[in-house]
Amino acid sequence: MVQENKTKTADEGGFAQEYLTFTLGPEEYAIDILKVQEIRGYEPPTTIANAPAFIKGVINLRGIIVPIVDLRIKFGVGKADYTPFTVVIILSIVGRVVGIVVDGVSDVTSLRSEQIRPAPEFAATVDTRYINGLGTLGERMLIVVDIEKLMLSGEMALVDEVTQS
Amino acid sequence: MSIDMSQFYQVFFEETAEHLANMENLLLTLDVHEPDHEQLNAIFRAAHSIKGSSGTFGFTDLQDVTHILENLLDKVRKGELKLREDMIDAFLDAGDVLKGMLAAHQGDGESDTDMAKAVCQRLRLLTENEAAAAPVSTPANAVPPAPTFAGTTPVPAAELQQGFHLHFVLEGDAATTEATLENLMAELAEQGDVRIVGRAASPDQPWHLQMGGVEDAELLRGMLEFVARNDSIRVTPLDEGGGLGDATDGAYGFFTDSATPGTVADEAYGFFEPVGEAAGTAASDDAYGFFEPLPETAAPAPETSPEDAYGFFEPLPEPVAATAASTAVPTVALVVEEKPAAPKDKEAGTKRPAPVAAAKPGADTSIRVGVDKVDQLINLIGELVITQAMLAQSASQIDPVEFERLHNGLIQLERNTRDLQESVMSIRMMPMSVVFSRFPRVVRDLSQKLGKQVELKTSGESTELDRGLIERITDPLTHLIRNSLDHGIEMPDERAAKGKQPVGTITLSAYHQSGNIVIEVGDDGAGLPRNKILAKAKERGLNVHDQMTDQEVYGLIFEAGFSTADQITEVSGRGVGMDVVKKNITAMGGRVEIDSLQGVGTRMTVKLPLTLAILDGMSVAVGNETYIIPLGYVIESLQVERGMIKSVSGVERLIQVRDEYLPVVTLYEIFRVPGAVTSFEEGIMIILEADGTKAALFVDAMVGQHQVVIKSLESNYRKVAGVSGATIMGDGRVALILDVSMLVSMARHTLPVAA
Repeated sequence: MVQENKTKTADEGGFAQEYLTFTLGPEEYAIDILKVQEIRGYEPPTTIANAPAFIKGVINLRGIIVPIVDLRIKFGVGKADYTPFTVVIILSIVGRVVGIVVDGVSDVTSLRSEQIRPAPEFAATVDTRYINGLGTLGERMLIVVDIEKLMLSGEMALVDEVTQS
Repeated sequence: MSIDMSQFYQVFFEETAEHLANMENLLLTLDVHEPDHEQLNAIFRAAHSIKGSSGTFGFTDLQDVTHILENLLDKVRKGELKLREDMIDAFLDAGDVLKGMLAAHQGDGESDTDMAKAVCQRLRLLTENEAAAAPVSTPANAVPPAPTFAGTTPVPAAELQQGFHLHFVLEGDAATTEATLENLMAELAEQGDVRIVGRAASPDQPWHLQMGGVEDAELLRGMLEFVARNDSIRVTPLDEGGGLGDATDGAYGFFTDSATPGTVADEAYGFFEPVGEAAGTAASDDAYGFFEPLPETAAPAPETSPEDAYGFFEPLPEPVAATAASTAVPTVALVVEEKPAAPKDKEAGTKRPAPVAAAKPGADTSIRVGVDKVDQLINLIGELVITQAMLAQSASQIDPVEFERLHNGLIQLERNTRDLQESVMSIRMMPMSVVFSRFPRVVRDLSQKLGKQVELKTSGESTELDRGLIERITDPLTHLIRNSLDHGIEMPDERAAKGKQPVGTITLSAYHQSGNIVIEVGDDGAGLPRNKILAKAKERGLNVHDQMTDQEVYGLIFEAGFSTADQITEVSGRGVGMDVVKKNITAMGGRVEIDSLQGVGTRMTVKLPLTLAILDGMSVAVGNETYIIPLGYVIESLQVERGMIKSVSGVERLIQVRDEYLPVVTLYEIFRVPGAVTSFEEGIMIILEADGTKAALFVDAMVGQHQVVIKSLESNYRKVAGVSGATIMGDGRVALILDVSMLVSMARHTLPVAA
């Protein structure tokens, strides 16, 4: 996937792609801005029985029932506490709407393909399969996440096994 | 043509389905002995529209059947044939065949070609039999003398029926023609004497055969169509030479060889060539647009006005009016009134300049909108309602005197929102007549098959029901009606012996009752035999006793595999069906009840919620969570006392309610809700029944009863065990709707011994 992405951006002539960056504890992450539908404040969701701990429950987003995933619990970073500043990023992924809880949204950055380095293999709670690379922005290191792949993966338990491609 | 026709297919399918439904309704209401002329015309128009559009879209199978259907209808319509019961049967069957074909084109199953052939044959026979007096070629017609036609020899009708010249160009190349021709000759030989007159020198050249002893040009044409190029086929009566007074029928506007006057292209989709103008005006009835009504004032003597489509016709104006009358039953619709010389045409007086145009009602007051658009609208309204409720809640905390105008505005908003919600909901509503309209047919067919006489009475057709429910209620209702017909209504002599009218009555009615829709299927038949049902139930080892109420006993017929029929018939008696009916209705959030009086009749009452999108629910609290239980499953709720709780192997798992032991489903355990009441005595037991099993659901407290809008959990999440959906409460929060049948079965599975 890393390879694939690199060639793709190279074909585009090194054009910059826009990323939404957010923080989970001390770490900074970046996701493709085109997958983001909106950003809203956290409201306590309705819990779902027997769901994994990182699935906080479902909320009502203008009449649509949207599951909420706490990425901090999933990635095991930061403290999963909910303050008035806790933010939910609503993602739109292949027709499905999912919300992710993060500590805060930083900004929107352009990253050119040469700014993204392949991530080395390392042991982490996140499978490196879902990491497109590491972006460098001055002193900052952004973990570029393939959010679509992550959200549709079996380990997120967001989709029924059958609907997975 | 480079236009992609497929984009219009959907419209065609919908329109055709409508026409078919319309046709069927009209046929069923038609009085066989005194058919209403307008109705006949309407049926004809429906068939004609189907034919026209299926032709345009290239669905030739539909077109072929409708064509034959239309021929017969046309004759009936004009009074040339007397309408008979068997014709209506044939028409209805043809309608079924067409429906099958339509479904097949939509990718739903395969059309039954054998059935189609059989129906076509029946229709043809009906057309032919009666037409024996008249020539085969009735479509064409000639009105009085044509001086200019003196040169044309009139051909007596009798001879026309004897045989035909067949001209055609075979499909395929030289290599295959020999074999094809051999097959064709063999087939033709079965129909009559066949002789090759002219052989084709090359594959592109036409063949010329001569057929004797055949009366049906259409049949020959049909056979040829399989092997020959359709536009090359010409079937002409023997007595006319190759090109004498000859007409190309079936050709969509091709005129090949006619120097002879009086030739007419019928069904001219555009092309219309007034050949032989000197002789007379050729008029094409079905011309799409190109057809000026004949001058009514001074119509020149011969006017050939072929009525019908492809039909073989004989454009020979008879020199003598009397002959004309004998050969061709007059079909001139347009000019007949103005022409005193026109032969005894009494019924064909209807003007029908362009039936296609007439078939499309000018002012259509409805629009077709995708269901998804309506659903989106409903969602948005739901959102608006919630927002409005939130505003109202916040406003209730501020001083009503100081902010009087704000309050008034909010009250206004509330009223408007409610009205808006109601009207949007009504978009999804459809009248029950959509469902009811198919039952006359069911009753008719079935009563004929069973040899019973049954009259169907319907009321409340205008009662509206959600579209989604309409689609799903049809099958269960059909089953109930079949059941009434088969088991309820007795045979005519049996009825007479009981002092009843020989004709049984099935009543079908729909009405609203306190937020529900009630559909009743009643019959004045034998009623349900309580003792027989009980005996049968005991025989099957069901848990029954003699003290059961009538209602409970009748409810047994909904058990799977239960049948009291002594004999298994084609219609029913296998015991499959009623259980499915109950299951389907329960799945829709409804209930079925049976009332019956032996010897007097049975009434089955189906109660359904008004819409699928809204559910009557009871909200219960467990810990900090709120859950919704569909009210249809709730039997009662109670607070248990110590003595009612029974334990099995040390675990409190059963409660005794009156004389029953019910398994307990503890919701806080299943859903792992923290902070819930754990002692059975402090909470509430809600007795639920699903799929015939009862269980007690243990919750903290009952909160209230609401109508909730059902939202899918699966559209963005996955299926959750024990949860059938979600809804949004008044405060904007999400509450989960419990899947009662699953919870009840959970109780059964964790407690296999208790059952």
